[in-house]
Amino acid sequence: MTRYLGTSVKRVEDPRFLRGLGRYVANLTLPNMAYAAVKRSPLAHATIRSIDTTRAKALDGVIAVFTGEDLLEGTGGFKCGSLPCGFQVPNLNMPPHNPLAVDKVRHVGDGIAVVVAESPYIAEDALDLIEVDLDPLPAVVDARGAMADGAPLVHDSAEQNLAFHWPLGDEEAVNEALSKSDHVVELEFINQRLIANAMEPRAAAAEWDPATESLTVWTTSQNPHTIRLLLGAFTLGIPEHKIRVISPDVGGGFGSKIFHYPEEVIVPFAARAVGRPVKWVATRSESYVTDAQGRDHVTKAKLGVNNDGTMTALHVTTWANMGAYLSTFGPLIPTALYITLFSGVYKTPVIFGEAYGTFTHTVPVDAYRGAGRPEASYLVETMVDLAARKLGMDPVELRRKNLIPTDAFPYQTPVALMYDSGNYQALFEKIEELSGYESLRKEQEAARAEGRLVGVGFASCIEASGPAPSAVAVGLGAAIGLFESGAIRVHPTGKVTVLTGSHSHGQGHETTFAQIVADQFGIDIADVDIVHGDTDRVQYGIGTYGSRSAAIGGSALVKSAEKIREKLKQIAAHQLEASVEDMVYDQDEGTISVAGSPDMVKTFAELAFASVLANNLPEGMEPGLEESSFYDPANFTFPASAHVAKVEIDPKTGEVDLQSYAAVDDVGNVINPMIVEGQILGGIVQGVGQALWENGIYDEDGQLLSGSMLSYAMPRADGFPSIALDRIETPSPHNPLGAKGAGEMGTIAATAAVSSAVLDALAPLGVRHLNMPLTAEKIHQAIAAAGNGGGE
Amino acid sequence: MQVSMTVNGREVTGTVEPRTLLVDFVRNNLGLTGTNVGCDTSQCGACTVHMDGMAVKSCTVLAVQADGSTVTTIEGLASDGQLHPMQQAFWDAHGLQCGFCTPGMVMASVKLADGNPAITDAEVRHGLEGNFCRCTGYGNIVEAVKQGAAAMVGGES
Repeated sequence: MTRYLGTSVKRVEDPRFLRGLGRYVANLTLPNMAYAAVKRSPLAHATIRSIDTTRAKALDGVIAVFTGEDLLEGTGGFKCGSLPCGFQVPNLNMPPHNPLAVDKVRHVGDGIAVVVAESPYIAEDALDLIEVDLDPLPAVVDARGAMADGAPLVHDSAEQNLAFHWPLGDEEAVNEALSKSDHVVELEFINQRLIANAMEPRAAAAEWDPATESLTVWTTSQNPHTIRLLLGAFTLGIPEHKIRVISPDVGGGFGSKIFHYPEEVIVPFAARAVGRPVKWVATRSESYVTDAQGRDHVTKAKLGVNNDGTMTALHVTTWANMGAYLSTFGPLIPTALYITLFSGVYKTPVIFGEAYGTFTHTVPVDAYRGAGRPEASYLVETMVDLAARKLGMDPVELRRKNLIPTDAFPYQTPVALMYDSGNYQALFEKIEELSGYESLRKEQEAARAEGRLVGVGFASCIEASGPAPSAVAVGLGAAIGLFESGAIRVHPTGKVTVLTGSHSHGQGHETTFAQIVADQFGIDIADVDIVHGDTDRVQYGIGTYGSRSAAIGGSALVKSAEKIREKLKQIAAHQLEASVEDMVYDQDEGTISVAGSPDMVKTFAELAFASVLANNLPEGMEPGLEESSFYDPANFTFPASAHVAKVEIDPKTGEVDLQSYAAVDDVGNVINPMIVEGQILGGIVQGVGQALWENGIYDEDGQLLSGSMLSYAMPRADGFPSIALDRIETPSPHNPLGAKGAGEMGTIAATAAVSSAVLDALAPLGVRHLNMPLTAEKIHQAIAAAGNGGGE
Repeated sequence: MQVSMTVNGREVTGTVEPRTLLVDFVRNNLGLTGTNVGCDTSQCGACTVHMDGMAVKSCTVLAVQADGSTVTTIEGLASDGQLHPMQQAFWDAHGLQCGFCTPGMVMASVKLADGNPAITDAEVRHGLEGNFCRCTGYGNIVEAVKQGAAAMVGGES
């Protein structure tokens, strides 16, 4: 049963990527294909007085130019509608979001017109010839400042720029507990805006087939079925069953490729209008001002703690920037994926959290790796560190005092979530061992005696992953159920095709899902082919995000495999003239035999063929061997982690040297350790990026100052030590694989761990808190201020 | 304008504008879409190819500059269907996830590792600072390059 599960099988998808045969949307060529480019607003807020496309249309090689009005008016049955919000929290203010702006532009990058031309170079040339007369208006960019009196409104329908207010928890009980606590630690801080920067820029292509009156759309999406649903139900006005969406090889997503984007509407419209296939590929600079961005919270938090280290209560108010328009899942991120995580790994008895989602004249904000949970863990761990410093207590000891005990599971938190399983004590033991925590503290002591700024940071975090039980999700505001589909088709020769609603854009599902199915049947992994990313081939499914695919997508496949194994047993029993109860499926060998009579045996391949020879099947049994399942999880899963980082800060320059990093993660049962570690490593580096370098900076006019790879500091190969990884496994009790999620754990813990380390290094100077990114400049200034007696 | 060059061992000619980038010539004129465009400011390295024996960012080379040159793209690395040792090393060490940075990363790594079979972690990390990866966190790439460097000795580069 464990021939493949738990082993580091080399990835089967790698050869095509290594050979340069990746099928990315930008590589698509279709006969008679034309190219699109989008004219975008250079201003964050302005009235569109006029758009003159005459000169652009006259350029040799330009086929057509369309504006927002053209899209709303429609063409050939395509009538474009507003992009909807797919997560509608109570009392959500939902202004329209036209695929191309009409009347007003609301963020730098807001689309104004689209050019279709014979070549991408000509399309780009034509953009310069489109004359747009914009009347500039004042802009607001700050999440909290957006609600201030007199702040310019992004949408007339949203007073005070408020999209929603989402409270959770017993505020009265929290305030009472705080008033009775020995100490209350307060902090006001930010979680800065991030830019996902998957290495592949977004792209979309479309082809209308007049013969069948059907549309094919290629898009760099993490969830093609969802895009198809939204196109059919809301944004394109043609029926869902006439739309095929293909998301082939996608070069990374990290959440930014979940959402339904304007270009997924604009490009099909253009293709229909000009009667030719059309392809659009974003430039990187364009991605910076159009791809959904991450984080961007302003928060006030209060943590109550007693002298013995017990945490008593937590009160949090967060202003969460939604950007100029509601992205597909925007309201979900600072609410049900954030406030519900405020227990962390601790048994804080009462918690209250509230989020104000606000509109600003910036690029829309939505999920970015971790999506709400890194914001929660950064908040909780920062407050815990402050409490430890207040009490003069070792930060790990304080955490230990408050850990949810191992016998408390399933553990009902005060913020709605019920944790399924976990062993945080074991996590702590293992990370202390792996990181050499005791020696790190001794090294720090010695270094401090020499006046060196050495810091040790600790972060212990929980994640709620595997969204979600559909009833819970829809109850919270989701516009779709969040199960996953998995179908298994066994061919006459015993080869297997798997059709999964999950999508792989780096996660290696072609390998891990094949491991699951091969083990289920006892066949060779080379005999299993995984298909994803095509709505014509794969039944309705959800897609990949929120670390859901192993737990939910994988479990759907287990269910389908069980159905097939049952059918195989029945065929075998019938043909061997035994009773079904006496049949034994050997999942190592891929055979079914009669218990006690091993020579009365059938192989998987024999039975596969028998199912289509169909001459000797049990009475009433249908021929064929194909099953599908739709697995709706009973709960989220709850991975947990403990990470330790050691830094040394150069007192002259403020530069942070990340000297060592250790991580212990509990992601439940692991299908492929190599792939899981790869996910965690990648997440850690992104998490460090947030802590030390990355920042999506808007000036007061709404200009994105860090708008290219040149000015937005991406993590590079240098600047990292070797990262030590280890695991514990507390299987999830509620899915057949026992899997939790692994994809986002790295960002959730690393940001908190590195920030913790830097602040630990600076603590002796009296620096209480510094917001991220913890750049050399910021640290240098803090050190200088502290030296002048200006520390907090 | 007409340009001629040898690409992956084949003589090719094409008509380009003076402003046509080498990466666009390779991708659009020659149909070699393995080389990717990841940015527009020369930072990311996804477009790395070999030109006259050097690793270059083909987004920052004009096709006309490559006139008369010998160019190798990722498609030209394997020979007779056999993966180049560096490609094999990336596979063995799980040095790729989404694959988009991979062609450029491999091409850069081949030149970095050439003649340096005992290349160190620090040398790899410094040498690859012009190649971004958002997926892997670089750790496995460093292992892959070290393995590939050792395996390249005695073979072709």
